[in-house]
Amino acid sequence: MKIHEYQAKEILRKFGVVTPQGIACFSIDEAVAAAKKLDGRLWVVKAQIYAGGRGKGGGVKIARSLDEVRQLAGEILGMTLITHQTGPQGQVVHRILIEQGIDISKEFYVGMVVDRSSQRVCLMASSEGGMEIEQVAANTPEKIHKVLIDPITGLTDHDADEISSKIGINDANLSEARTLLQGLYQAFDNTDASLAEINPLTLTADNQVMALDAKMNFDDNALFRHPDIVALRDLDEEDPDEIEAAKHDLSYIPLDGNIGCLVNGAGLAMATMDIIKLYGGSPANFLDVGGGATAEKVTEAFKLMLRNPKLRAIMVNIFGGIMKCDVIAEGVVMAARGVKLEVPLIVRLEGTNVDLGKKILAESGLPIISANNMADAAQKAVSAAAA
Amino acid sequence: MSILINQNTLVMTQGITGKTGQFHTRMCRDYANGKNCFVAGVNPKKSGENFEGIPIYATVEEARQETGATVSVIYVPPPFAAAAIDEAVAADLDLVICITEGIPVRDMVRTRYKMQGRRTRLIGPNCPGIITPDEIKIGIMPGYIHKKGRIGVVSRSGTLTYEAVAQLMELGLGQSTCIGIGGDPVNGLKHLDVMKLFNEDDGTDAVLMVGEIGGSDEEDCAYWIKDHMQKPVVGFIAGVTAPPGRRMGHAGAIISGGKGTAQEKIEVMEACGISVTRNPAEMGKLLKSVL
Repeated sequence: MKIHEYQAKEILRKFGVVTPQGIACFSIDEAVAAAKKLDGRLWVVKAQIYAGGRGKGGGVKIARSLDEVRQLAGEILGMTLITHQTGPQGQVVHRILIEQGIDISKEFYVGMVVDRSSQRVCLMASSEGGMEIEQVAANTPEKIHKVLIDPITGLTDHDADEISSKIGINDANLSEARTLLQGLYQAFDNTDASLAEINPLTLTADNQVMALDAKMNFDDNALFRHPDIVALRDLDEEDPDEIEAAKHDLSYIPLDGNIGCLVNGAGLAMATMDIIKLYGGSPANFLDVGGGATAEKVTEAFKLMLRNPKLRAIMVNIFGGIMKCDVIAEGVVMAARGVKLEVPLIVRLEGTNVDLGKKILAESGLPIISANNMADAAQKAVSAAAA
Repeated sequence: MSILINQNTLVMTQGITGKTGQFHTRMCRDYANGKNCFVAGVNPKKSGENFEGIPIYATVEEARQETGATVSVIYVPPPFAAAAIDEAVAADLDLVICITEGIPVRDMVRTRYKMQGRRTRLIGPNCPGIITPDEIKIGIMPGYIHKKGRIGVVSRSGTLTYEAVAQLMELGLGQSTCIGIGGDPVNGLKHLDVMKLFNEDDGTDAVLMVGEIGGSDEEDCAYWIKDHMQKPVVGFIAGVTAPPGRRMGHAGAIISGGKGTAQEKIEVMEACGISVTRNPAEMGKLLKSVL
């Protein structure tokens, strides 16, 4: 799960990370009132969307007067912000953050993720602040420094100071940087984060270490123990089809193609997308109905796929193990009857009770194209979609 | 022959009284020699009771002492599953298979930390389990699709593994052992660990390795195979069409920071001399071609 920058900063502040003072706003009047409340004569107006690259997309502007705050808030609120992470359709801005302007002397990068090979939380830091860390990693990997954090001791003073020195933080600022890095780890650990990033981390002109931006993502598996974080969820930022899918416990990701896929199991679902592509077609979605799919779940899955106007065919690929093929077949028949199915439906069943399942499909009277195996199904789906 | 488990393995079930635990304990007990293998259940609140004749003990340690079980399978719900692994590790079991899906990564980081220097091996979490066909199955895979033979199968996913097994069966190829190592980012045995075991197993002639996007386990394994593996290995990697930054069902199946793409994995595997098919319908055929 993702949250907005201002929410991430609120969490980080609780753990001792210093950030600029700021107020989140939903309207122009709120923005002006917020600017009045904040000290200084310089403000930053920042679009709050989940995607990165907001500055380049025109979603972050500096205001030098209250009039300018009003003007910029008006421009940014409601704009469709297009960044490299939003996709070409962009994302409408519903919230902005008004922050005091900060005089920057130097910028750094710090971030935390769970490193899969060491199975520890990894702190990454770089002198190249404000840049995309993927690019730094690709072009100048020697400028990224890493510390693997021991889950029992946490981030030690020694490790924090050493990595700070490596990225060029002066001795005079080491203790401040230590507070920030240890606070970042505490926040990461306490909230079950999957990513925490401060980019840029800045040294201000008056020599303060400060998080100018913040990003946090959380482990979906751990949300059950963080109702406070779940409450931060902004449904405007999420795909409505994915929200609908989640309600029915379906794992669904829309893609650009025109062949809908309904599969049980994540690995097989990916492989189904791959084989469609291999035979010259293009998958419209990833959809894993999971191990315990019921007729109702299959029906919901069909409804989801049919919301896509580009859809030209549906390929069902089920390997019934514990989940029996006859149950799935009944679900498919029920779903196909329940929704107005105007695209060809190709079904491949394998596994437990497969003969019974095929019989149910054949006797349903529905125009279902039956396939003998995965390759057969993909080829039939691709030619049906092209017809 | 086989790896890790055989018909003489004694197994306890942690979470035997839950709906999932009950269902799969029955299925496993009914498979091959299962009746003699599944000897204990663990539930501190139901100690002294039994599940359809299988005695239930309060702790893993007690179950081990009373029955001699050295392997555990876990169906405990996600909030408590990591603690269940910890208990099995503390009792010095040989092998723990954690089926549970949805364990917080933070819990697994701590559990894996505690496992350092311990003798216990972990399969999973979020995995279908392990089967040595016609001897014993520990997990949720459909037993009947398998047959005893000489092909090893290691995979991160469930149904895609069944698909691979079905393709082998179509060509008359049975399996020595099939292992699903699970779809989570922080887990126990990796492709590499399993590959080493298959390499040493007299009962395995060749290995089918199924991977997917995310992480670098397949690459690590491929580099090892290049220098050490004495048996043919073929592979398939799912997710060539997966978009970056999106979690494809499994918590571990995500391309992040440009790393963990299927293309990259396939390139490394091929550079290490492993035949890789782009077609998931041809995994069996490819394996047969290298025998």
